[in-house]
Amino acid sequence: MWRDALLVAGKDIRIELRSRVALWQVLPFAVLVLVLFGFALGPGPRALRVAAPGLYWLAVLFSTVLATQRSMAIESGEGTRDGLRLSGIDPAGVFLGKAAAVAIQLVAVQVLLGAGIVVLFDVHVQTWWLALVASVLATVGLSAAGVLYGALSAGLRVRETLLPLLVLPIVAPVLISGSRAWSAAVSGAVASGASWLKILGPFAAVYLAVGVALYGPLQEVA
Amino acid sequence: MSARMRSVTRWIGAAAAVSTALTVWLGLWVTPPAEVQGTLARLLYLHPPIAWVALYCAFGVAALSSVLYLWHRTRSLFWDRLGASAVEVGVVFTALTLVTGSLWGRPTWGVWWTWTARLTSTALLLVLFLGYLALRRVPADPEVRARRCAVAALVAFVDVPIVTFSVDWWQTLHQRGTVLNPGLTLKVHGLMAWTMGLGFLAMTLVFVWMLLVRYRVEVLADRIGDGELEVSLSERWAEGSMPVIGDGAGAAGAGATAGVTALGTALDATLRQPAGGGR
Repeated sequence: MWRDALLVAGKDIRIELRSRVALWQVLPFAVLVLVLFGFALGPGPRALRVAAPGLYWLAVLFSTVLATQRSMAIESGEGTRDGLRLSGIDPAGVFLGKAAAVAIQLVAVQVLLGAGIVVLFDVHVQTWWLALVASVLATVGLSAAGVLYGALSAGLRVRETLLPLLVLPIVAPVLISGSRAWSAAVSGAVASGASWLKILGPFAAVYLAVGVALYGPLQEVA
Repeated sequence: MSARMRSVTRWIGAAAAVSTALTVWLGLWVTPPAEVQGTLARLLYLHPPIAWVALYCAFGVAALSSVLYLWHRTRSLFWDRLGASAVEVGVVFTALTLVTGSLWGRPTWGVWWTWTARLTSTALLLVLFLGYLALRRVPADPEVRARRCAVAALVAFVDVPIVTFSVDWWQTLHQRGTVLNPGLTLKVHGLMAWTMGLGFLAMTLVFVWMLLVRYRVEVLADRIGDGELEVSLSERWAEGSMPVIGDGAGAAGAGATAGVTALGTALDATLRQPAGGGR
Protein backbone atom coordinates (compact mmCIF):
# COMPACT_ATOMS: atom_id res chain seq x y z
CA MET A 1 0.00 0.00 0.00
CA TRP A 2 2.72 2.48 0.97
CA ARG A 3 4.79 1.72 -2.13
CA ASP A 4 1.70 2.20 -4.30
CA ALA A 5 0.97 5.46 -2.52
CA LEU A 6 4.50 6.68 -3.25
CA LEU A 7 4.13 5.73 -6.92
CA VAL A 8 0.80 7.54 -7.32
CA ALA A 9 1.99 10.61 -5.42
CA GLY A 10 5.15 10.70 -7.54
CA LYS A 11 3.09 10.48 -10.73
CA ASP A 12 0.75 13.30 -9.66
CA ILE A 13 3.57 15.56 -8.54
CA ARG A 14 5.48 14.88 -11.76
CA ILE A 15 2.40 15.83 -13.79
CA GLU A 16 2.07 19.00 -11.73
CA LEU A 17 5.72 19.88 -12.18
CA ARG A 18 5.44 19.46 -15.95
CA SER A 19 2.02 21.04 -16.51
CA ARG A 20 2.57 23.80 -13.91
CA VAL A 21 -1.18 24.19 -13.40
CA ALA A 22 -0.72 24.46 -9.64
CA LEU A 23 2.07 26.98 -10.08
CA TRP A 24 0.28 29.23 -12.54
CA GLN A 25 -3.32 28.86 -11.33
CA VAL A 26 -3.69 27.64 -7.74
CA LEU A 27 -0.90 29.73 -6.18
CA PRO A 28 -1.87 33.03 -7.88
CA PHE A 29 -5.49 32.32 -6.93
CA ALA A 30 -4.52 32.01 -3.26
CA VAL A 31 -2.68 35.33 -3.37
CA LEU A 32 -5.58 36.93 -5.22
CA VAL A 33 -7.95 35.83 -2.45
CA LEU A 34 -5.71 37.51 0.15
CA VAL A 35 -5.63 40.74 -1.84
CA LEU A 36 -9.42 40.66 -2.27
CA PHE A 37 -9.84 40.18 1.49
CA GLY A 38 -7.66 43.25 1.91
CA PHE A 39 -10.02 45.22 -0.33
CA ALA A 40 -13.09 43.92 1.51
CA LEU A 41 -11.81 44.81 4.97
CA GLY A 42 -10.30 48.17 4.10
CA PRO A 43 -6.75 49.42 4.33
CA GLY A 44 -6.73 49.80 8.15
CA PRO A 45 -3.98 47.45 9.38
CA ARG A 46 -5.68 46.57 12.68
CA ALA A 47 -8.79 44.93 11.24
CA LEU A 48 -6.66 42.98 8.80
CA ARG A 49 -4.27 41.84 11.50
CA VAL A 50 -7.10 40.54 13.69
CA ALA A 51 -8.81 38.78 10.78
CA ALA A 52 -5.60 37.44 9.22
CA PRO A 53 -5.65 33.87 10.66
CA GLY A 54 -9.22 33.32 9.53
CA LEU A 55 -8.57 34.79 6.09
CA TYR A 56 -5.47 32.64 5.74
CA TRP A 57 -7.44 29.46 6.41
CA LEU A 58 -10.30 30.51 4.19
CA ALA A 59 -7.83 30.99 1.34
CA VAL A 60 -6.35 27.56 2.11
CA LEU A 61 -9.85 26.01 1.96
CA PHE A 62 -10.60 27.57 -1.43
CA SER A 63 -7.25 26.38 -2.72
CA THR A 64 -8.05 22.89 -1.45
CA VAL A 65 -11.16 22.81 -3.62
CA LEU A 66 -9.10 23.89 -6.64
CA ALA A 67 -6.28 21.44 -5.96
CA THR A 68 -8.76 18.58 -5.49
CA GLN A 69 -10.54 19.37 -8.71
CA ARG A 70 -7.21 19.45 -10.48
CA SER A 71 -6.18 16.17 -8.87
CA MET A 72 -9.32 14.51 -10.21
CA ALA A 73 -9.06 16.18 -13.61
CA ILE A 74 -5.73 14.39 -14.09
CA GLU A 75 -7.57 11.10 -13.91
CA SER A 76 -10.45 12.13 -16.17
CA GLY A 77 -8.63 11.50 -19.46
CA GLU A 78 -9.72 8.76 -21.83
CA GLY A 79 -9.29 5.42 -20.07
CA THR A 80 -6.97 6.85 -17.42
CA ARG A 81 -9.04 5.59 -14.54
CA ASP A 82 -9.36 2.15 -16.07
CA GLY A 83 -5.61 2.10 -16.55
CA LEU A 84 -5.08 2.92 -12.91
CA ARG A 85 -7.44 0.13 -11.89
CA LEU A 86 -5.89 -2.36 -14.30
CA SER A 87 -2.41 -1.66 -12.96
CA GLY A 88 -3.34 -3.60 -9.82
CA ILE A 89 -2.50 -0.74 -7.51
CA ASP A 90 -4.19 -0.96 -4.13
CA PRO A 91 -7.12 1.53 -3.98
CA ALA A 92 -5.99 2.58 -0.51
CA GLY A 93 -2.60 3.30 -2.05
CA VAL A 94 -4.20 5.42 -4.77
CA PHE A 95 -6.09 7.36 -2.12
CA LEU A 96 -3.02 7.96 0.05
CA GLY A 97 -0.93 8.86 -2.98
CA LYS A 98 -3.39 11.37 -4.36
CA ALA A 99 -3.93 12.83 -0.90
CA ALA A 100 -0.16 13.16 -0.46
CA ALA A 101 0.18 14.95 -3.79
CA VAL A 102 -2.61 17.38 -2.87
CA ALA A 103 -1.01 17.86 0.55
CA ILE A 104 2.34 18.78 -1.02
CA GLN A 105 0.62 21.38 -3.19
CA LEU A 106 -1.21 22.72 -0.14
CA VAL A 107 2.09 23.08 1.68
CA ALA A 108 3.35 25.23 -1.19
CA VAL A 109 0.15 27.28 -1.07
CA GLN A 110 0.49 27.74 2.68
CA VAL A 111 4.11 28.84 2.53
CA LEU A 112 3.09 31.50 0.04
CA LEU A 113 -0.01 32.50 2.03
CA GLY A 114 1.99 32.62 5.27
CA ALA A 115 4.46 34.99 3.65
CA GLY A 116 1.47 36.87 2.25
CA ILE A 117 -0.17 37.59 5.60
CA VAL A 118 3.16 38.54 7.12
CA VAL A 119 3.89 40.99 4.31
CA LEU A 120 0.42 42.24 3.39
CA PHE A 121 -1.38 42.10 6.74
CA ASP A 122 1.61 42.83 8.99
CA VAL A 123 1.16 39.73 11.17
CA HIS A 124 3.87 38.64 13.62
CA VAL A 125 3.70 35.00 14.67
CA GLN A 126 4.92 34.52 18.26
CA THR A 127 4.76 30.73 18.60
CA TRP A 128 6.00 29.20 15.38
CA TRP A 129 5.79 25.55 16.41
CA LEU A 130 2.08 25.86 17.18
CA ALA A 131 1.32 27.39 13.78
CA LEU A 132 3.42 24.70 12.07
CA VAL A 133 1.86 21.74 13.88
CA ALA A 134 -1.63 23.12 13.26
CA SER A 135 -0.82 23.55 9.58
CA VAL A 136 0.57 20.05 9.18
CA LEU A 137 -2.43 18.39 10.85
CA ALA A 138 -4.88 20.57 8.94
CA THR A 139 -3.15 19.85 5.63
CA VAL A 140 -3.44 16.11 6.17
CA GLY A 141 -7.14 16.42 7.05
CA LEU A 142 -7.91 18.79 4.18
CA SER A 143 -6.23 16.69 1.53
CA ALA A 144 -7.79 13.45 2.78
CA ALA A 145 -11.33 14.86 2.87
CA GLY A 146 -10.78 16.69 -0.42
CA VAL A 147 -9.57 13.65 -2.35
CA LEU A 148 -12.34 11.50 -0.89
CA TYR A 149 -15.03 13.88 -2.08
CA GLY A 150 -13.19 14.56 -5.30
CA ALA A 151 -13.40 10.85 -6.11
CA LEU A 152 -17.06 10.89 -5.14
CA SER A 153 -17.92 13.57 -7.66
CA ALA A 154 -15.40 12.46 -10.30
CA GLY A 155 -16.95 11.69 -13.66
CA LEU A 156 -20.06 13.72 -12.93
CA ARG A 157 -20.91 16.50 -15.31
CA VAL A 158 -21.89 18.76 -12.41
CA ARG A 159 -18.72 18.21 -10.38
CA GLU A 160 -17.54 21.83 -10.50
CA THR A 161 -20.63 22.99 -8.68
CA LEU A 162 -21.12 19.90 -6.55
CA LEU A 163 -17.62 19.56 -5.11
CA PRO A 164 -17.55 22.85 -3.13
CA LEU A 165 -20.99 22.10 -1.69
CA LEU A 166 -19.78 18.69 -0.53
CA VAL A 167 -16.27 19.56 0.64
CA LEU A 168 -16.59 22.95 2.32
CA PRO A 169 -19.00 21.94 5.11
CA ILE A 170 -16.94 18.83 5.82
CA VAL A 171 -13.74 20.83 6.29
CA ALA A 172 -15.39 23.58 8.34
CA PRO A 173 -13.95 22.15 11.59
CA VAL A 174 -10.49 22.66 10.08
CA LEU A 175 -11.33 26.30 9.35
CA ILE A 176 -12.57 26.83 12.92
CA SER A 177 -9.74 25.12 14.77
CA GLY A 178 -7.06 26.15 12.29
CA SER A 179 -7.84 29.83 12.64
CA ARG A 180 -8.20 29.59 16.44
CA ALA A 181 -4.85 27.84 16.68
CA TRP A 182 -3.23 30.44 14.45
CA SER A 183 -4.78 33.30 16.42
CA ALA A 184 -3.26 31.76 19.53
CA ALA A 185 0.07 31.36 17.75
CA VAL A 186 0.00 35.03 16.77
CA SER A 187 -0.89 36.25 20.26
CA GLY A 188 1.36 33.72 22.01
CA ALA A 189 -1.43 32.03 24.02
CA VAL A 190 0.07 28.57 23.67
CA ALA A 191 -2.16 26.64 26.09
CA SER A 192 -5.46 27.68 24.51
CA GLY A 193 -4.07 27.24 21.02
CA ALA A 194 -2.74 23.76 21.65
CA SER A 195 -6.19 22.52 22.69
CA TRP A 196 -7.42 23.12 19.14
CA LEU A 197 -4.91 20.55 17.92
CA LYS A 198 -7.15 17.99 19.64
CA ILE A 199 -9.71 18.63 16.92
CA LEU A 200 -7.30 18.92 13.99
CA GLY A 201 -5.54 15.66 14.87
CA PRO A 202 -8.62 13.41 15.11
CA PHE A 203 -10.10 15.09 12.01
CA ALA A 204 -7.05 14.12 9.97
CA ALA A 205 -6.98 10.60 11.42
CA VAL A 206 -10.69 9.99 10.83
CA TYR A 207 -10.71 11.10 7.21
CA LEU A 208 -7.51 9.20 6.43
CA ALA A 209 -9.09 6.06 7.88
CA VAL A 210 -12.42 6.60 6.08
CA GLY A 211 -10.58 7.23 2.82
CA VAL A 212 -8.44 4.11 3.10
CA ALA A 213 -11.54 2.04 3.84
CA LEU A 214 -13.91 3.49 1.25
CA TYR A 215 -11.77 4.48 -1.72
CA GLY A 216 -12.01 0.96 -3.16
CA PRO A 217 -15.80 0.94 -3.64
CA LEU A 218 -15.63 4.51 -4.95
CA GLN A 219 -13.07 3.68 -7.57
CA GLU A 220 -15.25 0.87 -8.89
CA VAL A 221 -18.05 3.40 -9.34
CA ALA A 222 -16.19 5.99 -11.34
CA MET B 1 -44.77 -2.98 -0.77
CA SER B 2 -47.26 -5.53 0.41
CA ALA B 3 -50.82 -4.71 1.49
CA ARG B 4 -49.90 -5.73 5.04
CA MET B 5 -47.02 -3.28 5.10
CA ARG B 6 -49.33 -0.56 3.86
CA SER B 7 -51.80 -1.19 6.67
CA VAL B 8 -48.93 -1.20 9.20
CA THR B 9 -47.85 2.16 7.79
CA ARG B 10 -51.39 3.46 8.17
CA TRP B 11 -51.56 2.34 11.82
CA ILE B 12 -48.22 3.92 12.61
CA GLY B 13 -49.43 7.12 10.98
CA ALA B 14 -52.57 7.10 13.10
CA ALA B 15 -50.55 6.45 16.28
CA ALA B 16 -48.21 9.30 15.34
CA ALA B 17 -51.13 11.68 14.83
CA VAL B 18 -52.75 10.71 18.13
CA SER B 19 -49.56 10.95 20.19
CA THR B 20 -48.63 14.28 18.59
CA ALA B 21 -52.10 15.66 19.38
CA LEU B 22 -51.77 14.39 22.98
CA THR B 23 -48.35 16.04 23.31
CA VAL B 24 -49.74 19.33 22.06
CA TRP B 25 -52.70 19.11 24.46
CA LEU B 26 -50.55 18.20 27.48
CA GLY B 27 -47.86 20.67 26.54
CA LEU B 28 -50.07 23.67 25.91
CA TRP B 29 -52.98 23.25 28.34
CA VAL B 30 -52.34 20.68 31.07
CA THR B 31 -48.74 21.22 32.20
CA PRO B 32 -47.96 24.25 34.38
CA PRO B 33 -45.57 26.94 33.15
CA ALA B 34 -41.97 26.33 34.19
CA GLU B 35 -40.48 28.09 37.22
CA VAL B 36 -37.86 30.18 35.47
CA GLN B 37 -38.70 30.15 31.78
CA GLY B 38 -42.45 30.35 32.19
CA THR B 39 -44.48 29.40 29.20
CA LEU B 40 -41.41 29.36 26.94
CA ALA B 41 -40.40 26.01 28.37
CA ARG B 42 -43.32 24.44 26.52
CA LEU B 43 -41.27 24.51 23.34
CA LEU B 44 -38.96 22.04 25.03
CA TYR B 45 -41.60 19.33 24.78
CA LEU B 46 -40.91 19.36 21.05
CA HIS B 47 -37.41 20.70 20.42
CA PRO B 48 -35.37 17.89 22.04
CA PRO B 49 -37.56 15.14 20.50
CA ILE B 50 -37.17 16.69 17.05
CA ALA B 51 -33.42 16.95 17.52
CA TRP B 52 -33.35 13.34 18.74
CA VAL B 53 -35.11 12.16 15.60
CA ALA B 54 -32.88 14.25 13.32
CA LEU B 55 -29.50 13.51 14.88
CA TYR B 56 -29.90 9.96 16.08
CA CYS B 57 -32.83 8.20 14.40
CA ALA B 58 -32.64 9.58 10.88
CA PHE B 59 -28.90 9.82 10.41
CA GLY B 60 -28.41 6.62 12.41
CA VAL B 61 -30.66 4.74 10.00
CA ALA B 62 -28.91 6.42 7.07
CA ALA B 63 -25.45 5.43 8.31
CA LEU B 64 -26.48 1.89 9.15
CA SER B 65 -28.12 1.31 5.78
CA SER B 66 -25.09 2.81 4.01
CA VAL B 67 -22.80 0.36 5.81
CA LEU B 68 -25.13 -2.52 5.00
CA TYR B 69 -25.25 -1.44 1.36
CA LEU B 70 -21.48 -1.18 1.07
CA TRP B 71 -20.90 -4.55 2.74
CA HIS B 72 -20.99 -6.99 -0.15
CA ARG B 73 -23.02 -9.68 1.66
CA THR B 74 -25.96 -7.43 2.44
CA ARG B 75 -25.79 -5.31 -0.71
CA SER B 76 -29.30 -4.59 -1.91
CA LEU B 77 -31.08 -1.55 -3.30
CA PHE B 78 -33.41 -1.84 -0.31
CA TRP B 79 -30.69 -0.32 1.90
CA ASP B 80 -29.98 2.40 -0.62
CA ARG B 81 -33.62 3.47 -0.76
CA LEU B 82 -34.01 3.23 3.01
CA GLY B 83 -30.88 5.33 3.55
CA ALA B 84 -31.97 7.97 1.06
CA SER B 85 -35.43 8.17 2.64
CA ALA B 86 -33.89 8.51 6.09
CA VAL B 87 -31.60 11.33 4.95
CA GLU B 88 -34.46 13.22 3.37
CA VAL B 89 -36.62 12.95 6.50
CA GLY B 90 -33.55 13.76 8.59
CA VAL B 91 -32.91 16.97 6.65
CA VAL B 92 -36.49 18.10 7.34
CA PHE B 93 -36.10 17.35 11.05
CA THR B 94 -32.70 19.05 11.24
CA ALA B 95 -34.21 22.17 9.71
CA LEU B 96 -37.05 21.96 12.25
CA THR B 97 -34.51 21.57 15.06
CA LEU B 98 -32.83 24.79 13.99
CA VAL B 99 -36.14 26.63 13.58
CA THR B 100 -37.59 25.57 16.95
CA GLY B 101 -34.26 26.23 18.66
CA SER B 102 -34.10 29.66 17.09
CA LEU B 103 -37.67 30.47 18.21
CA TRP B 104 -36.71 29.48 21.75
CA GLY B 105 -33.36 31.25 21.67
CA ARG B 106 -34.72 34.64 20.66
CA PRO B 107 -36.65 35.33 23.91
CA THR B 108 -34.25 33.34 26.10
CA TRP B 109 -30.87 34.48 24.87
CA GLY B 110 -32.11 37.62 23.11
CA VAL B 111 -30.80 36.54 19.71
CA TRP B 112 -32.08 34.34 16.91
CA TRP B 113 -28.72 32.80 16.38
CA THR B 114 -25.55 32.37 18.39
CA TRP B 115 -22.32 31.00 17.02
CA THR B 116 -22.10 28.24 19.57
CA ALA B 117 -20.62 24.91 18.70
CA ARG B 118 -23.87 23.02 18.83
CA LEU B 119 -25.87 25.40 16.67
CA THR B 120 -23.06 25.78 14.18
CA SER B 121 -22.44 22.09 13.82
CA THR B 122 -26.16 21.35 13.47
CA ALA B 123 -26.33 23.91 10.67
CA LEU B 124 -23.26 22.29 9.11
CA LEU B 125 -24.94 18.92 9.34
CA LEU B 126 -27.92 20.33 7.47
CA VAL B 127 -25.72 21.65 4.66
CA LEU B 128 -23.78 18.40 4.60
CA PHE B 129 -26.87 16.30 4.03
CA LEU B 130 -28.28 18.84 1.57
CA GLY B 131 -25.08 18.04 -0.33
CA TYR B 132 -26.01 14.36 -0.13
CA LEU B 133 -29.44 15.10 -1.59
CA ALA B 134 -27.81 17.16 -4.36
CA LEU B 135 -25.51 14.23 -5.12
CA ARG B 136 -28.50 11.94 -5.22
CA ARG B 137 -30.25 14.13 -7.78
CA VAL B 138 -27.40 13.66 -10.23
CA PRO B 139 -28.67 11.15 -12.78
CA ALA B 140 -26.71 7.91 -12.75
CA ASP B 141 -27.08 4.19 -12.93
CA PRO B 142 -28.95 3.06 -9.75
CA GLU B 143 -26.06 0.89 -8.53
CA VAL B 144 -23.49 3.62 -9.14
CA ARG B 145 -25.66 6.23 -7.48
CA ALA B 146 -26.32 3.92 -4.54
CA ARG B 147 -22.64 3.32 -3.88
CA ARG B 148 -21.70 6.96 -4.27
CA CYS B 149 -24.50 8.04 -1.92
CA ALA B 150 -23.63 5.38 0.65
CA VAL B 151 -20.06 6.68 0.84
CA ALA B 152 -21.26 10.30 1.03
CA ALA B 153 -23.68 9.46 3.85
CA LEU B 154 -20.99 7.66 5.82
CA VAL B 155 -18.49 10.47 5.45
CA ALA B 156 -21.11 12.99 6.51
CA PHE B 157 -22.15 10.79 9.40
CA VAL B 158 -18.67 11.11 10.85
CA ASP B 159 -19.76 14.68 11.59
CA VAL B 160 -22.58 13.55 13.91
CA PRO B 161 -20.34 12.64 16.88
CA ILE B 162 -18.70 16.05 16.50
CA VAL B 163 -22.17 17.55 16.88
CA THR B 164 -22.95 15.42 19.92
CA PHE B 165 -19.73 15.93 21.79
CA SER B 166 -19.21 19.52 20.75
CA VAL B 167 -21.12 20.66 23.82
CA ASP B 168 -18.47 19.08 25.99
CA TRP B 169 -15.53 19.95 23.74
CA TRP B 170 -16.24 23.61 23.43
CA GLN B 171 -17.45 25.62 26.38
CA THR B 172 -20.44 27.53 25.21
CA LEU B 173 -23.65 29.03 26.41
CA HIS B 174 -25.82 26.25 25.06
CA GLN B 175 -27.08 24.23 28.01
CA ARG B 176 -25.72 20.77 28.48
CA GLY B 177 -27.92 17.77 27.83
CA THR B 178 -30.71 17.58 30.38
CA VAL B 179 -31.98 14.09 29.72
CA LEU B 180 -28.93 12.51 28.12
CA ASN B 181 -26.34 13.84 30.57
CA PRO B 182 -23.55 11.47 31.62
CA GLY B 183 -25.25 10.26 34.83
CA LEU B 184 -28.51 9.67 32.95
CA THR B 185 -30.43 11.20 35.84
CA LEU B 186 -33.63 12.91 34.84
CA LYS B 187 -33.69 16.57 35.79
CA VAL B 188 -37.26 17.23 34.64
CA HIS B 189 -40.07 16.34 37.03
CA GLY B 190 -43.52 14.85 37.12
CA LEU B 191 -46.05 15.66 34.45
CA MET B 192 -43.54 17.73 32.49
CA ALA B 193 -41.23 14.73 32.21
CA TRP B 194 -44.13 12.58 31.04
CA THR B 195 -45.10 15.15 28.42
CA MET B 196 -41.55 15.34 27.18
CA GLY B 197 -41.40 11.53 27.06
CA LEU B 198 -44.60 11.49 25.06
CA GLY B 199 -43.06 14.10 22.76
CA PHE B 200 -40.14 11.74 22.10
CA LEU B 201 -42.54 8.89 21.36
CA ALA B 202 -44.68 11.07 19.08
CA MET B 203 -41.74 12.41 17.06
CA THR B 204 -40.23 8.93 16.72
CA LEU B 205 -43.56 7.61 15.43
CA VAL B 206 -43.83 10.53 13.00
CA PHE B 207 -40.32 9.71 11.82
CA VAL B 208 -41.06 6.01 11.29
CA TRP B 209 -44.25 6.85 9.43
CA MET B 210 -42.55 9.40 7.19
CA LEU B 211 -39.70 6.97 6.55
CA LEU B 212 -42.08 4.21 5.45
CA VAL B 213 -44.07 6.52 3.20
CA ARG B 214 -40.91 8.01 1.71
CA TYR B 215 -39.51 4.54 1.08
CA ARG B 216 -42.66 3.59 -0.79
CA VAL B 217 -42.43 6.75 -2.90
CA GLU B 218 -38.82 5.86 -3.72
CA VAL B 219 -39.82 2.36 -4.85
CA LEU B 220 -42.67 3.71 -6.99
CA ALA B 221 -40.45 6.41 -8.48
CA ASP B 222 -37.87 3.79 -9.47
CA ARG B 223 -40.59 1.65 -10.99
CA ILE B 224 -41.85 4.60 -13.04
CA GLY B 225 -38.28 5.40 -14.05
CA ASP B 226 -37.84 1.83 -15.32
CA GLY B 227 -41.21 1.63 -17.01
CA GLU B 228 -41.29 5.15 -18.42
CA LEU B 229 -39.17 4.48 -21.47
CA GLU B 230 -41.19 1.39 -22.37
CA VAL B 231 -44.46 3.26 -21.97
CA SER B 232 -43.31 6.24 -24.04
CA LEU B 233 -41.98 3.94 -26.75
CA SER B 234 -45.22 1.98 -27.02
CA GLU B 235 -47.19 5.23 -27.08
CA ARG B 236 -44.98 6.44 -29.90
CA TRP B 237 -45.61 3.23 -31.85
CA ALA B 238 -49.33 3.55 -31.34
CA GLU B 239 -49.09 7.07 -32.74
CA GLY B 240 -47.07 5.87 -35.73
CA SER B 241 -49.49 3.15 -36.80
CA MET B 242 -52.38 5.62 -37.04
CA PRO B 243 -52.96 7.25 -40.41
CA VAL B 244 -51.06 10.55 -40.51
CA ILE B 245 -54.06 12.41 -41.90
CA GLY B 246 -57.54 11.11 -41.18
CA ASP B 247 -60.15 10.14 -43.75
CA GLY B 248 -61.32 13.76 -44.00
CA ALA B 249 -60.40 13.92 -47.71
CA GLY B 250 -63.84 12.52 -48.56
CA ALA B 251 -65.30 13.90 -51.77
CA ALA B 252 -61.95 15.23 -52.99
CA GLY B 253 -61.43 11.85 -54.60
CA ALA B 254 -60.52 8.36 -53.56
CA GLY B 255 -57.18 8.62 -55.35
CA ALA B 256 -55.99 11.45 -53.12
CA THR B 257 -57.06 9.58 -50.00
CA ALA B 258 -55.24 6.48 -51.12
CA GLY B 259 -52.13 8.55 -51.77
CA VAL B 260 -52.21 10.09 -48.28
CA THR B 261 -52.73 6.71 -46.65
CA ALA B 262 -49.82 5.31 -48.59
CA LEU B 263 -47.68 8.19 -47.39
CA GLY B 264 -48.78 7.45 -43.85
CA THR B 265 -47.79 3.81 -44.15
CA ALA B 266 -44.44 4.73 -45.65
CA LEU B 267 -43.74 7.16 -42.82
CA ASP B 268 -44.78 4.51 -40.37
CA ALA B 269 -42.34 2.06 -41.92
CA THR B 270 -39.43 4.51 -41.81
CA LEU B 271 -40.23 5.36 -38.22
CA ARG B 272 -40.21 1.72 -37.21
CA GLN B 273 -37.15 0.69 -39.08
CA PRO B 274 -34.22 2.18 -37.12
CA ALA B 275 -35.64 1.33 -33.74
CA GLY B 276 -36.50 -2.15 -34.91
CA GLY B 277 -32.96 -2.60 -36.16
CA GLY B 278 -31.54 -1.36 -32.89
CA ARG B 279 -33.40 -3.87 -30.80
